[in-house]
Amino acid sequence: MEIKKLAISSSPHLHSGVTVRQAMWLVVLALAPAALFAVFHFGWYVVAILVTGVLAAVLGEVAILHFQKKPLTVVQDGSAALTGLLLALNVPAGAPLWMVAIGSVLAIAIGKHVFGGLGYNPFNPALVGRAILVSSWPARMTAWVGPDLVSSATPLALLRAGEALPAYSDMLLGFKAGSIGEVAVLLLLVGGVFLIYKKIIDWKIPFFYIATVAFLTWALPARGQVGYFSGDPLFHVLSGGLMLGAFFMATDWVTTPVTKLGRVIMGLGAGIITAVIRLYGGLPEGVTYAILIMNGLTPLIDRYTMGRRFGVR
Amino acid sequence: MSSLRVFFRGLLDENPVLRLLLGMCPTLAVSTAALNGLGMGLAATAVLVASNILISLLRPVIPDKIRIPCYIVVIATFVTMVDLLMEAFVPGLHGVLGIFIPLIVVNCIILQRAEAFASKNGVFLSAIDGIGMGLGFTVALLILASVREVMGAGTFFGLALLPATFEPMKLMVSPPGAFIGLGLIIGLINYVQNQREVRRRA
Amino acid sequence: MPNLFVIFLGAILINNFVLTRFLGICPFLGVSRKVETAVGMSLAVVFVMTVASLATWTIQTYLLMPFGMLYLRTIAFILVIAVLVQFVEMVMLKATPTLYQALGVYLPLITTNCAVLGVTLINLNENYTLVESLVHGFAGAVGFGLAIVVFAGIRERLDYAPIPKALEGFPIALIVAGLLSMSFLGFQGLL
Repeated sequence: MEIKKLAISSSPHLHSGVTVRQAMWLVVLALAPAALFAVFHFGWYVVAILVTGVLAAVLGEVAILHFQKKPLTVVQDGSAALTGLLLALNVPAGAPLWMVAIGSVLAIAIGKHVFGGLGYNPFNPALVGRAILVSSWPARMTAWVGPDLVSSATPLALLRAGEALPAYSDMLLGFKAGSIGEVAVLLLLVGGVFLIYKKIIDWKIPFFYIATVAFLTWALPARGQVGYFSGDPLFHVLSGGLMLGAFFMATDWVTTPVTKLGRVIMGLGAGIITAVIRLYGGLPEGVTYAILIMNGLTPLIDRYTMGRRFGVR
Repeated sequence: MSSLRVFFRGLLDENPVLRLLLGMCPTLAVSTAALNGLGMGLAATAVLVASNILISLLRPVIPDKIRIPCYIVVIATFVTMVDLLMEAFVPGLHGVLGIFIPLIVVNCIILQRAEAFASKNGVFLSAIDGIGMGLGFTVALLILASVREVMGAGTFFGLALLPATFEPMKLMVSPPGAFIGLGLIIGLINYVQNQREVRRRA
Repeated sequence: MPNLFVIFLGAILINNFVLTRFLGICPFLGVSRKVETAVGMSLAVVFVMTVASLATWTIQTYLLMPFGMLYLRTIAFILVIAVLVQFVEMVMLKATPTLYQALGVYLPLITTNCAVLGVTLINLNENYTLVESLVHGFAGAVGFGLAIVVFAGIRERLDYAPIPKALEGFPIALIVAGLLSMSFLGFQGLL
């Protein structure tokens, strides 16, 4: 048993030369176009939400570090700012600022610091914050708005209600209702490819995640429908938080598998859960829960996909 | 051991839920509102006191080898009585607590007190132990249930406590809120205990 | 048939015995430090819960109901479960010593696992038929197993985490259970 505890893969240990801090800021950079589009699309109030999310997360982290008498320099790694930003990108554009602040602080506290800080949290902190907000204030978290904060339904909600859906081009470019950071699908895709090119994230998770959702939403009949292989995969790929989740949250270094096969399983699993919730669940969207559940399964996935050294049973 | 010490031990130092971490299922399940917590706590206390007394009385009779099954029968009998009494006199609460009333049978606190205390001590002390442990359980339930009800519904014992502008945090009355709330409360108690320890040593 | 499917998936994902119904919390918190022991406990629980569903349904239908003694259900069921666990232990020891070695230590603990008594009481309250009771008992135990194994995986990893002193042990375990329970909220309304 003792040997197993120390099991790390054998040398050579490569270092990519990227520090945590650089990686965090590259992710922020990759998210920037989609965030700027949201300001353009929804209006200036979005800036207030983003600033609140980031500030609350950073101040929350400073307060927790101070209380624990840990060095405050930890904040400089940028991870708290990124968590706050991701949380703010995951709320409707009309969300009240107090709710964003609570979500950010809880994401940092319950999502990260109760486990001892960055690197030890089993679940993605931003998604923990989002799930807490969805369970706590469900009406506020589904009060979707369009431009000028006029209330408006998301494409997935329209689909559930059987109403007319927006054109694919609008969904790709981001002219639709939804969470702040999820609407600009094309810009998120560009940001995601940039991160893959910079080797910050592995292509496997987003690829298998999106491909699985596309395949299943095409192959399976939604509740109340008949006939296989007649769904609309393009609609599902372009809607909801799939792009944002697949590229920016399902790829979190800490909470996802480290093995190659493990990452494929992560993508497949998240895709299956997302598709099942979208097609048969009570909620219109399942990206948050799909990623959280796969985060929970990550230790087991790593455990069973990790190669065993010769001679160790 | 003085009866006073036996009594307060259950309430504080050896609080079954907050210190010994026994009886978790009902604690988590019924603590959605203060009234439910209080009802569950008192029901379990009644069973605990009665079973402690009877088991203490039966000490000379119960053969050592089959003592656990005997305890379970005694406990199950009292649970059935409490179940039927509650159904008759407080049907509303009985409905809310649901299967967690019959499940008092497998509440580890009760069997643990039978095995660890009542089977070794006299009737009077066993009764005191039952009351102390039962109230300790009730207090713990009441703390968790109050926190959950106030935060998650904005009420306390059903009374609106906070201004209407307060939007309750519904998570707290849902299952995840029970786990997280209890975890944080026990963490807080540990923290206070640790601080006291540090000060004592200083 | 569709009803059985609903009972099956419901007991695993939507009303997960541990994460939503709060049944079997003691072994869930107590026997989840290692994945191996969690798997062993799950297998033992699957076995006992399925057989207990069968046994209590039989007793309830052919003994308690005809004689109007349903009010004795709590006593009858807990005795049946206690005897059953003893019996299983003895049979296992004689028939498959290897299985006994793997699961033996968990069996005595199962008598006071409230998931077992809980599932039999729910079966009774829901008026399940024999087959429905069996499926529900099995699925409830699978739900328990799923939760405890995933939970054990996370806890093993947390062994190396610098968790704040006050939260070490049970508090952090409860918080992880809460986050897991929150993730399962995504399945609400499924089916």
